[in-house]
Amino acid sequence: MTDQTAGGVVLAADGTPLKASLNRALRKSRIRALLLVAPLLLFILFSFLIPIFDMMFRSVDNWHVGTLMPKTSAALADWDGKALPEEPVFAALVADLQAGAKSREIGKVGRRLNYEKSGMRSMVVSSARKSKRLKNGPYKAKVLKMHKKWRDLETWTVIKRNTAPYTIGYYLNAVDMKYDKNGDIVMQNKNRRIYGKLFLRTFAISLAITVICVILAYPISFLLATLPLRYSNLLMIFVLLPFWTSLLVRTTAWIAMLQSQGVLNDLFVFFGFVAEENRLQLIHNLTGTIIAMTHILLPFMVLPLYSVMKTIPPTYMRAALSLGANPVVAFVRIYMPLTLAGIGAGSILVFILSIGYYITPALVGGTGGTLISNQIAYHMQSSLNWGLAGALGAILLFSVLGFYLLYNKIVGIDNMKLG
Amino acid sequence: MAKASDTLVKFESVQKSYDGETLVVKDFNLEVARGEFVTMLGPSGSGKTTCLMMLAGFEPATHGEIYLDGVPINKVPPHKRGIGMVFQNYALFPHMTVAENLAFPLEVRRMGKAEISEKVNDALDMVRLGGFGDRRPSQLSGGQQQRVAVARALVFRPQLVLMDEPLGALDKNLREEMQYEIKHIHEELQVTVVYVTHDQSEALTMSNRIAVFDDGIVQQLAPPDELYEKPENAFVAGFIGENNRLYGEVKAIDGDFCQVELEGGGGMVKALCVNVDGVGSRTTLSLRPERVTIGVSEGQSTNSLEAKVEELIYLGDHIRSRVSLSGNDEFIVKVPNSHGHVHLKEGEVTRIGWEAEDCRALDA
Repeated sequence: MTDQTAGGVVLAADGTPLKASLNRALRKSRIRALLLVAPLLLFILFSFLIPIFDMMFRSVDNWHVGTLMPKTSAALADWDGKALPEEPVFAALVADLQAGAKSREIGKVGRRLNYEKSGMRSMVVSSARKSKRLKNGPYKAKVLKMHKKWRDLETWTVIKRNTAPYTIGYYLNAVDMKYDKNGDIVMQNKNRRIYGKLFLRTFAISLAITVICVILAYPISFLLATLPLRYSNLLMIFVLLPFWTSLLVRTTAWIAMLQSQGVLNDLFVFFGFVAEENRLQLIHNLTGTIIAMTHILLPFMVLPLYSVMKTIPPTYMRAALSLGANPVVAFVRIYMPLTLAGIGAGSILVFILSIGYYITPALVGGTGGTLISNQIAYHMQSSLNWGLAGALGAILLFSVLGFYLLYNKIVGIDNMKLG
Repeated sequence: MAKASDTLVKFESVQKSYDGETLVVKDFNLEVARGEFVTMLGPSGSGKTTCLMMLAGFEPATHGEIYLDGVPINKVPPHKRGIGMVFQNYALFPHMTVAENLAFPLEVRRMGKAEISEKVNDALDMVRLGGFGDRRPSQLSGGQQQRVAVARALVFRPQLVLMDEPLGALDKNLREEMQYEIKHIHEELQVTVVYVTHDQSEALTMSNRIAVFDDGIVQQLAPPDELYEKPENAFVAGFIGENNRLYGEVKAIDGDFCQVELEGGGGMVKALCVNVDGVGSRTTLSLRPERVTIGVSEGQSTNSLEAKVEELIYLGDHIRSRVSLSGNDEFIVKVPNSHGHVHLKEGEVTRIGWEAEDCRALDA
């Protein structure tokens, strides 16, 4: 029997195009699949994707000046920035300040401008208070007298720049840059650069933790994969037990272990490794962060490694031995390359998890062991500079994606085996 | 037996136990001559693979000594034994190409690059895989992987090659083809092979001698034809080839022959006395189906009995007939599909006969 065709389209037995017919047959199962994943999809959408996009939007959103000082914004539109603005701009400013003071919203403008240049907040707030007394113009001279910063050309440059609805100011801030007097982008003063250093420290600590995890997890996983089931199950429980304990409990336990009057230091003193007066500072610094985070993230390395090692039949090693390789050569040339998929999977898991780690460094990190996520949390909770928090978070997110792509390019994500 | 200098491998009362309670291998003795192809054949769990692993050095012998070329090797680690090995699932290194796999044993012996590539090419040509060197093992078919595994075990010219059920994962046709190929390689290279399998036809095709294992003991060690035609006990008779069994009691022994009264009322038969305890003991009579003649007249052969045809299966070259005889209804007779052969019908009663030499009285 030959296939029925009409104008090059293959037809099903009833004359409809075969593709349409196939689609109809599959539609039901597609709908069912969609319904099955729908709860999770909605959950992720509302609890994960929407907040992320909201925070990323906040990192460029710049509504304050344009919305709360509409008249000034309009009046500044064709200001050339070469000299102080003329009377109409000051009139608009006074009107906006008066309206802002009345609605009590002017503080937001002050806070927004203060991110760009310190001192702007007090200038705006006090001027708004004083502006209530200004009944009639001309306003320019009166405003210039209200606060000395109004006489500064840079003040006006900053205001004009922030009349735009979107800004890259938060991102500049997050990478230790700023606008200078003339509106050009320059590096922050040396003593005010914090985030670049913090990003670098975060990546370095994450890398160190990943390497330590590989070194510690490899022998354990090997043991797990090669021991008889009876023993390996017991060992697996030891690996997983901390995994099931609360993160907070484990971190606090490390504080008890590592503090200067803690278990470890007591033992060191008892055995005479260190003198009573020179107890080691093991916590509230980098050491504490690395020790605690390595411990907490170790299972993420052990499990993928174990699952890969479990699939390597012992005959490979035997074959290598029978071919004349001594055990070390056989291990390095045959066994280890076969576990690369597990090392890759574990490393990327541990690295990405530690880049965004928050609780542990916050508790045991002190000042020397905090990571970028702690800075993000600070801006979310204390300084309330959500735009900057959003910018830092977005940079973190995209650098993780960047690492992921780099990893994919070098190792290949298909070679990764999580279990 | 071969002279001492011709003996390459020698197992001397070797025992093996894993748990300290049961012996997996009980008192194993074997001498393999240089250039010989010896197969260890037996059902799974009979201890044959354990013996191979002890020879390769992956399992220590619990008792006894193994000699390689006259040197005791119990304390020599596997990588210093210089024994090539082909594994059941080939164990080709998946992260290396075929050529890298073959080069591995040469590299660890620190050979020069040029020498390695020459030997690798020779080995690939030997197994007719020239030009496959750049492929990964996963890109090869089962038969090709098998040939690479054989080439890898031979490329460093070991004097001894062990093969642990190497053809187990192949389909039937390929398996037969590979049997001949391995046999030819063995003949060509004059290498000594110790081969483990549970497939008797494989063992019969390839081996110079076969050691039949059961229950940790070698039941019989003999060349294939002897094993088939002159089994020494009931296990070997039943394990190698098809076999009819009749049980009876030895009534009299007369030189090489004995008189046996069959259980089930079949009467007295004369059999070759191979492995019986003496007059009055129970015995198993072993009789190959192709040595039984159907439709004989009384007195035509030494032994003849009445049999009822239970089932006929047409197999082309012969007709397999199941008959009941002396209370045994599993008795098989092969009727060759030759010109003018006897035409049987199911339910018919006929007379079948055999010679005393073809009927071996074995242990019960």
